[in-house]
Amino acid sequence: MLSNLGNTFLALNILTTSSIIYFSYKFLKKTILIKFNNLVQLSLLQSTFSIMGFITLITGFLVSDFSLITVFENSHSTKPLFYKIAGAWGNHEGSLLLWITIMTIFSLLFLIFNKRNSNNFLLLTLITQNFLILGFLLFSFFNSNPFDKILPVPLNGLGLNPILQDPALAIHPPLLYLGFVGASIYFSAAISSLLTGHGGKKFAVQIKPWVKISWFFQTLGIIVGSIWAYYELGWGGFWFWDPVENASLMPWFAMTALIHSTIILEKREGLYSWVIILCLLTFILSVTGTFLVRSGILNSVHTFANDPSRGLYILILLFLMVIFSVIIYFSKSKEDNISFDNFSREIFIISNNWFMAFYLITVFIGTIYPIFTEVIFNTKISVGPPFYNLIIAPIVIPFLFIMAIGPNISWIKFKNINKKKIILVTLFSTLIIFLLKKLNGGFSPISNLILISSVFLIIYSLIDLKILLKNRPYNNLSRVISHLGFGFLIFFIVINHNYSIERDMNLKVGDTERFNNYEITFSKLTLNKEENYDSVVGHFIFKDKNNGFIKNLKPEIRLYNKPETLTYEASIRTNIFRDHYLTMSNIDRSEFYNIKFQNKPLMLWIWISAIILSIGGISRLNFFRK
Amino acid sequence: MRISRTISVVILLFIFTIFLIGLNKSQLYDTTNLTGQTLTTFKMKSFQEDEVISNKNLYSNEFTLINFWGSWCLPCREEHSTLMALSKIKKIKIMGVNFKDNESNAINFLKTLGDPYDIKTIDKDGKHSVNFGIYGIPESILVDNDLKIIAKFVGPLSKKNFDEIINIIK
Repeated sequence: MLSNLGNTFLALNILTTSSIIYFSYKFLKKTILIKFNNLVQLSLLQSTFSIMGFITLITGFLVSDFSLITVFENSHSTKPLFYKIAGAWGNHEGSLLLWITIMTIFSLLFLIFNKRNSNNFLLLTLITQNFLILGFLLFSFFNSNPFDKILPVPLNGLGLNPILQDPALAIHPPLLYLGFVGASIYFSAAISSLLTGHGGKKFAVQIKPWVKISWFFQTLGIIVGSIWAYYELGWGGFWFWDPVENASLMPWFAMTALIHSTIILEKREGLYSWVIILCLLTFILSVTGTFLVRSGILNSVHTFANDPSRGLYILILLFLMVIFSVIIYFSKSKEDNISFDNFSREIFIISNNWFMAFYLITVFIGTIYPIFTEVIFNTKISVGPPFYNLIIAPIVIPFLFIMAIGPNISWIKFKNINKKKIILVTLFSTLIIFLLKKLNGGFSPISNLILISSVFLIIYSLIDLKILLKNRPYNNLSRVISHLGFGFLIFFIVINHNYSIERDMNLKVGDTERFNNYEITFSKLTLNKEENYDSVVGHFIFKDKNNGFIKNLKPEIRLYNKPETLTYEASIRTNIFRDHYLTMSNIDRSEFYNIKFQNKPLMLWIWISAIILSIGGISRLNFFRK
Repeated sequence: MRISRTISVVILLFIFTIFLIGLNKSQLYDTTNLTGQTLTTFKMKSFQEDEVISNKNLYSNEFTLINFWGSWCLPCREEHSTLMALSKIKKIKIMGVNFKDNESNAINFLKTLGDPYDIKTIDKDGKHSVNFGIYGIPESILVDNDLKIIAKFVGPLSKKNFDEIINIIK
């Protein structure tokens, strides 16, 4: 039943999408008598069909309709309600449906918000966007249909992968998709802009809110993913430079660059070609990321199943998108004939783009290099954190300084720069870091310099904030919040990285381990039975002699029943100063357990600063500005 | 303009070709297919002594069993008796790679349980072992005097593995 319903919605969606393309084209050529509003209505219908299709799939998961292969493979009747719903997008087919739904909604919203100035630009954006939607719809319908049936109907499902049964991860895909897929709308707008010649300030103002929204969600999605990795994977880190993480980071770099360069396009009508390239690149990178993690070409938790035909389809889609973009770009783009003064604000904003481009290229090479060596030299290699830390860390230092100084420079022509302020703030930052070092012991020169530059940025942003709050309007609020958040983020990451303590030990019940000023006692083991898993819980008493406190930490080893999987749950005690992180794993045929303890200072503040950073993206959104 | 167009198209096509080929390659990391391949060259620090052990040290042995072990690893204790038994057979030499271990613990381990190794090396942070295709210990690799991998054993060596090895080197 649900299968037929879902397939009907998919088919109707394909039909509506095709007709939007058809009518928009006719409307463009003025060979048909319809009103512009009819196109809006069609788009509304299209979004409705997408949402209904998605609701159908969620219903399938809710009522545990195991006649659907997707439900059978990813759900189980005993699974908690919340994860049944989240299960709908915790797999390849369902998430593709979510992808399409978001694309159609963005298409509709873009149309509505720009309705007042309907023109060829808007029509061509709609056509391009719908071609993209059609591509993904056909992929869903013919290759990854979430409504495929299985016969005979199985009695129960296989269950959702337990490491995905986590609240953070349940909301991670929708957030990230709003970022990834949101990029499609300015991809379409860029193509349309090239074709119609609708550029300049107007174009910048039209795409800006969409870039900011997608950037906001992309940032949040990445944060939530990191939080999940930190709590669930049990390694105590939150960023591993894993291909999957890189796949979400690459479009983020492009988006960040885009946010900055659209400012120049808006204020000075410059950098048009570069803005277009970034618009195209962001969505292309989003699809590339999807390809890398879904095709199984790189191994990761996001590789739901190794099905080369899937990868091939995405690759073809990607190829068409890229070729189409390249052809249109090279045949239509114009040379920019604007030059910027050496020390104008423009140059500083452009320098943001250089940095972003540098990070992007570094991460891109690190991510796909292993594929290259495997195909060309047939050797498996992996590019790990040392590569990224080595290349990216030093470049962060000038980046932070420029981020602080840039916004205080005047537009168009260099007037004066407050040298006194720079020197004072630098000295003050150095002093802070020096004191910190005195109190807590030192670390590498690079770390010191990064810390100094981040404190520099924080102080500068705080000064800006103060000025801003005094002299309204809040024109720069968005920038000040994000820059401040970024300064804090880098500061806390470096502090956390340098002052983390890690200790591995093998203990049995009753043992006590002492190190530094800590004492860990393994007091007892208990067995628990939960609805969807059994668990072994270790009870540890943790004493910190320096700060004189005692905590109970209870890491778990869980055996999920559907599907049968062993997971290690870290026990994490968070406060505003530090996280204490304890994981436990069993050692075969012995009474000993391998215990890993970590003391991670100021962990909570990393999340908070990252959220501050993202909030900058949605402050002062302006959809209706002319 | 024309040059940048050509360059970008060439780069894109190259990336796409790589992706396309990569798509059809087997992805699962499986080390059993290492059998039949020749060991890559290696250079490791000798255990307790100040010398370097490399693949040259193995050419003179008719057969070498390279065993990866650690004092912290309980299954290693379990397979130790099999290793001790193997060490009594003249035709095969055993090379032990001490994996991510504490040196004094490792010395104690050999003192209490016996030392079956003819050659001992240290791989303090597990980097060398990666070249042997090791992803967990205990693991053992049997090579001949050309350093060709004849057999690979994942997990503790059992009595059955012992018989297998005896059969191979006969």
